[in-house]
Amino acid sequence: MASYQTGNVPADPRHSSRLGLRQRFYVVEVLVGLALTAKHFFANLWGHTLRVVFRSKTARGAVTIQYPDERRPYSPRLRSLHRLVRREDGSPRCVACMMCETVCPAHCIYIVATEHPNPEIEKVPERFDIDLGKCVFCGYCVEACPEDAIRMDTGILEFSAYDRQSMVYTKDTLLALEPAGPNGVPTSRVPIAPLRRPE
Amino acid sequence: MSGLALDLLLQAIPVGFVMFVVLNFGGLLTWVERKQSAVMQDRIGANRASIFGIRILGLLHPLADALKMLTKEDFTPAHADRLMFKLAPFVSVFFGLAAFASIPFGDTLRILGREIQLQAVTLNVGILYVLAMISLGVYGLMMAGWASANNYALLGGQRAAALMISAEVAIGASIMGVVMVYGSLNMQDIARGQGQPLLPQLFGNWIPAWGVLTQPAAFILFLTAGIASTKRIPFDTPEGESEIIGYFVEYSGMKFGMFAMADFLETVVIAGMTTALFLGGWQVPYLQASGFVFPWGASVALPHLAVVGLQVVSFLTKVVVMIWFLMLIRWTLPRFRYDQAMRLGWLALFPLSVLNILVTALVLLAVGKA
Repeated sequence: MASYQTGNVPADPRHSSRLGLRQRFYVVEVLVGLALTAKHFFANLWGHTLRVVFRSKTARGAVTIQYPDERRPYSPRLRSLHRLVRREDGSPRCVACMMCETVCPAHCIYIVATEHPNPEIEKVPERFDIDLGKCVFCGYCVEACPEDAIRMDTGILEFSAYDRQSMVYTKDTLLALEPAGPNGVPTSRVPIAPLRRPE
Repeated sequence: MSGLALDLLLQAIPVGFVMFVVLNFGGLLTWVERKQSAVMQDRIGANRASIFGIRILGLLHPLADALKMLTKEDFTPAHADRLMFKLAPFVSVFFGLAAFASIPFGDTLRILGREIQLQAVTLNVGILYVLAMISLGVYGLMMAGWASANNYALLGGQRAAALMISAEVAIGASIMGVVMVYGSLNMQDIARGQGQPLLPQLFGNWIPAWGVLTQPAAFILFLTAGIASTKRIPFDTPEGESEIIGYFVEYSGMKFGMFAMADFLETVVIAGMTTALFLGGWQVPYLQASGFVFPWGASVALPHLAVVGLQVVSFLTKVVVMIWFLMLIRWTLPRFRYDQAMRLGWLALFPLSVLNILVTALVLLAVGKA
């Protein structure tokens, strides 16, 4: 009569994965497991009841964060969508020094400089494009900027597009963005350019 | 109205009730499954389906499911046996629905001078009928596995057949103890027998003789084998949607939905069987045909319709609790390997059931009932 291995039972009787009599009987262990899940069930059901019926604000029946409606607080250090900081007259604080373009490891920043009408200010970007399809969100551009003109504090993470070209954010779009509010909640809407709409 | 027409109309009450309850429970179980598993796992569960912004706890998801299934492509593989392939899901669902017919959900209802048994079909061999229907359900799975012209489906159907045989034997053998104690194959008689007091010379009228008390071993054995026959986790080797896949690989749309539905219907049937055989059926403790008669001497008289109503509510409550328990098991235990399920069926459930029959016989002999 052929013998076959019926389970992964190590030969050493002291091995921790060898089942004792109670485990082999199974019914007791099943009841222990069922008690654990049932405890979760009733505790959570009680939490839901408190929340829905008795309008409790603190009771929780689930750990779920219902993401688009609810957000967990973002850290203030979070690197989100870039924005260009404005001067008081609304023009970019950027002086088109090319530091960020130079330091960028992904080569996703493209700047064309031009003369600033104010002789006190050296230059101003005519174009300032960031290709977010390439950006790796390292934050080096923010570190490199001598004028504190680019920041990554909008709290916006949900930018997506239907084609690569639409991932390129231009100067006007970046200038219009505002810093995030408390808990990192974005205060400006996700910019959707005409090109960024689906065909 | 002629007498025959009235008879037919009155007989339609239990039949309609059973169809209504079983179909609705089966449909609602998709919601129960999602929500209960979510609550057990500290989640919220499906709650996004809405009509005009009304979500009612995700109760619209079964509707959305049905809509999705009905509008999906109904695909038949090129080399499939077309007739068998199309017939298989219907066979599965039909026997799932039919199995509930002889489960009683109340005592005799006296209305308009007639007596109606509150079960869809009054059968003297009710237990055998339910067993037969549950066993026939596997034909749908085997047909599906065979007709799909897919080796994985065939293997799944084969696993289903093997599992079903090892479960059926244990189901039949474990029920025999109950049949011996209450002395009938008629489920209505068994439900009535569970209203009798348990060991009156010891406990007086305090404890009703529910099956779970007279046959505790059979209860566990039957429940285990019953879960196996619903082929849901921990005995879902025939299906194994997540990786090993089973007899319904080739099915899409509502045909796939019908297989899923059949599983839920079988869950309802097993819950109903357990209730009828072990949890006192429609019995309410201390409720007799005239009203409540408490063992400490007090009694409350109730009209006939109130008594029957209480019985039906009691039965449904027990079924709901059993369904909850089956779901709890389904979302707690991991799947048995194929050989483990076979070993459990043949080397544990079946011999223990036979042992249970022997012990029951000896005890009955000693008590002097046989």
